[in-house]
Amino acid sequence: MMEFDHKGDVKRSRLSRRALMLGGIQASVAAVIGWRMHQLGVKEGDQYRLLAEENRINIQLLPPARGLIYDRDGDLLTINDRVYAIEMVREQSRDPELILNRLAQLLPLTQEDIDKALADMKKRRAFVPVTVATGLEWEHIAAVSANAPALPGVTPVLGLNRQYPKGPEFSHIVGYVGSVSDYDLNETDDHDPLLRIPRFKIGKTGIEATLEKPLRGEAGIKRIEVNSLGRVIRELDRKEGASGVDIQLTVGQELQTYTLNRLKGHSASAVVMDVTNGDILALASGPTFDSNKFLKPISQADWKEMNDPHYRPLVNKAVAGTYPPGSTFKMVVALAGLEAGLIDSSEEVYCPGHMEVANRKFHCWKRGGHGHVHLREALRYSCDVYFYDLALRVGIEKITQMAHKLGLGERPNIQLPSIKEGLMPTKDWKRKVKKKDWVLGDSINAGIGQGFVLASPLQLAVMTARIASGMKIEPRLINLYNNEVYPTRGLEPLDINPNHLAIIRSGMSEVSNHRRGTAYGARLKPEQGGPMAGKTGTSQVRQITAAERRKGVVRNEDLPWNRRDHALFVAFAPVQNPRYAISVVVEHGGGGSAVAAPIARDIMARTIKLGDKGYGNLPNNRTREQT
Amino acid sequence: MSYLERNLKSTPRGLGKVLYFHWPLAILIATISGVGFLMLYSVAGGNILAWAQPQMYRFVVGFVMMFIIAMIPIVFWQRMAIFAYLFAIALLLVVEFFGDVGGGAQRWIDLGFIRLQPSELMKIALVMVLASYYDWLDESQVSKPQWLLLPLALIVIPTALVLKQPDLGTAMLLVAGGGVVIFAAGVSLWYFAALLASLVGLVAAVFYTRGTEFELLNDYQYRRIETFLDPSISPYADGYHITQSKISLGSGGYAGRGFMEGTQSRGNFLPEKHTDFIFATLGEEFGFLGGITLLGMYMLIIAFCMISAMRNKNRFASLLTIGIAATFFFYFSVNMLMVMGFAPVVGVPLPLVSYGGSAMMVLLGAFGLIQSAHIHRPR
Repeated sequence: MMEFDHKGDVKRSRLSRRALMLGGIQASVAAVIGWRMHQLGVKEGDQYRLLAEENRINIQLLPPARGLIYDRDGDLLTINDRVYAIEMVREQSRDPELILNRLAQLLPLTQEDIDKALADMKKRRAFVPVTVATGLEWEHIAAVSANAPALPGVTPVLGLNRQYPKGPEFSHIVGYVGSVSDYDLNETDDHDPLLRIPRFKIGKTGIEATLEKPLRGEAGIKRIEVNSLGRVIRELDRKEGASGVDIQLTVGQELQTYTLNRLKGHSASAVVMDVTNGDILALASGPTFDSNKFLKPISQADWKEMNDPHYRPLVNKAVAGTYPPGSTFKMVVALAGLEAGLIDSSEEVYCPGHMEVANRKFHCWKRGGHGHVHLREALRYSCDVYFYDLALRVGIEKITQMAHKLGLGERPNIQLPSIKEGLMPTKDWKRKVKKKDWVLGDSINAGIGQGFVLASPLQLAVMTARIASGMKIEPRLINLYNNEVYPTRGLEPLDINPNHLAIIRSGMSEVSNHRRGTAYGARLKPEQGGPMAGKTGTSQVRQITAAERRKGVVRNEDLPWNRRDHALFVAFAPVQNPRYAISVVVEHGGGGSAVAAPIARDIMARTIKLGDKGYGNLPNNRTREQT
Repeated sequence: MSYLERNLKSTPRGLGKVLYFHWPLAILIATISGVGFLMLYSVAGGNILAWAQPQMYRFVVGFVMMFIIAMIPIVFWQRMAIFAYLFAIALLLVVEFFGDVGGGAQRWIDLGFIRLQPSELMKIALVMVLASYYDWLDESQVSKPQWLLLPLALIVIPTALVLKQPDLGTAMLLVAGGGVVIFAAGVSLWYFAALLASLVGLVAAVFYTRGTEFELLNDYQYRRIETFLDPSISPYADGYHITQSKISLGSGGYAGRGFMEGTQSRGNFLPEKHTDFIFATLGEEFGFLGGITLLGMYMLIIAFCMISAMRNKNRFASLLTIGIAATFFFYFSVNMLMVMGFAPVVGVPLPLVSYGGSAMMVLLGAFGLIQSAHIHRPR
């Protein structure tokens, strides 16, 4: 023990008391500190650890390689080309204008490009990479990499650029890709983060659009540790994505090219099908356009050409064009009559050249009339009065029913965009849509495929294939989907008496092969693989008034182009054991027998000549570019 | 004669004084400084040259200085107190007129070889001069108002100068350090009760005048207080500091992520990671255990000092020791509370650990004074 004098003792005790008080206060503050440490680190530790993870981990997407599309022979219709681009992040470059001017010394950058990049960067958030230049050569990339220290925020990137090596021939089927627009983002409920990547491209039309998701594949994910500036410290892990599925079309390049060439000079479309399985062998719409032109900014002239109001090259008329089928519809009316038991093949109707119903005169295309005709003759000569009479007797409901059985008015189930259903009218439909009652004249018009009736070339091809095969053939555009054979549909028999179908087929055969048939001039000779059976159609796009008729009908050639008749032709071949069906529609082409039938004959001859070589194999070890 | 008896009975002379050192205190100081080196090495991402090595040099110089100060009799330092105080005031004035502006505040004098922070020196000088005053003053007079005027003036003058820099943190430490000496000297508790009441009034006044012409604080100080009260106000500006340091501390969990494994400081999410916020990294890498251990070591230093002060019959020595210990306590407690989101961000370093020359030197010098008081205590 220490010994203190009396005075010192008093002093000591007061100071010690105060020191102890201080110590007590300090100890309690320390206790608060310790309690807080415990609260933060132990009680709420998990929560803070999560926040720390969020701080440091950035997720980067690895865009997948887009699926490839092959034709029937196994040739590539799309290529994923390597493309070098330069991206820039505003936040990291601090003075984007200065950096861009430095870049301009290394790359072919115009002042316009620089202004556009600056505007782009201003529009987006500071950390979003913006593409400054694309389509660069390797030397440019090397130059940028070598000067990296002077170019903060600038990154060379390797991307995949979609190219279409076959050019215009498959443009309507394959379509093209384009950058994701704000419209796309707002319209779709697709939340794939890939769509938010600035240069990412999605299918805009054709198969590229309809099979967008499978073709796109799945993005891989790379988790990287970053610092507060977003600089990468290291890669933590990565999950590889899946590249898009590959697709093989049923369409072969040779026939497709031939078909397109044969349509040249017309605004026309043609569809060739295999009637035994529905395979679409050619699906052409002319004039066509080049998908590759959409990969770069389109020139004014190209854009004007593609949007020609008459020829409409961007529209795939084979599926999106609908026309009054004209006389090609007569098979439907005839089958409806046969199935209803109202006619037989020998029953005759007298054609004086017109028919009067309810004080209206309905003319046959032949002013003098065909005289007494039975069904096969009516088809052979395409006698209108026979079918006026038949349509009146059968009634529109039964005709429409038959049309649906043959695929008209039904939406063809293939993987193309903007496919039209056409129209097969009923009384209810007219009441609902037109707010008018069905009149006899409507049935009469429908009897020759005019009036309200509308069908697309693809539907007409399906109809012909069904008549030829007697099966519920469905069109098939895709053969292999992700290395699996896409199913063939509709191999069950049609719900139509086969004898009736045989009558129709022989009628169609006479159209092409009888001396006085409407398509005799365009018959397929035996040495070409014939004979074939067809049906011409000429559909009016205008009403011929009684006054006009009195003056004498103006010849088609003398009318302005867009008021001329559509020329149609459908056919199958060979007549015995049919294998192929075809439909040709030439917009404002004039007469079916004069214009459409020769085209169809040539295409059919080529189809038979090329024969069925089967499907080409897809390359097995194809090299896939991976970003 | 045993070591202990010698320690009690005889007054040491010459180099023999080394034996009478408060060795546990010195070792504790060195240990905490060692923790500081480790943390500075870690926050630099494994680079020893950035902060750890310069800090070690300073520590060695400071440690030697501590010994030299300790060897000089406490009586000398008592006589020097008033001069130290005047010198520090003079330096503060120099800073006021010629100082460099660093971190938005005038705090430094660049002497060429060292950047001196006079406010650090002031903290110790104020404690010295007050201890000396109360040693001179008869103890029965301490509570008389007229004898309170001088100590209050001694506190207010440097505080005003420091506030003008502006350095709210140091000003608070000056008031607190001076206040502790007055408290320990035995001034009536009523004064302190009154002070507390007027402080509450002042705080009210400070906020009441905000936005008027008579604002008492700078805008950045208001904002700091506001973001302290609610860091979510501006998670990317002032509040960012507190939010990120809380994330660091919390993510360390119980035992921490391990040395050099802190993602918060490695990713630069932490501001001032090597100075004011170094405790956040310590918490992240060594967890609750690391933090509580450091706190324990700090408290042990306080305990050693308080015991030494209570056993010292020299009134100046006792008051000096208590005052310095309290200043040291304010340093680490305010820093820790700040980093944990319990006090405003006022710019107070973690003593002996944070990177910084002035604070380290001054603190080691101050511990030299405590050692001197311990060695030269009356026997």
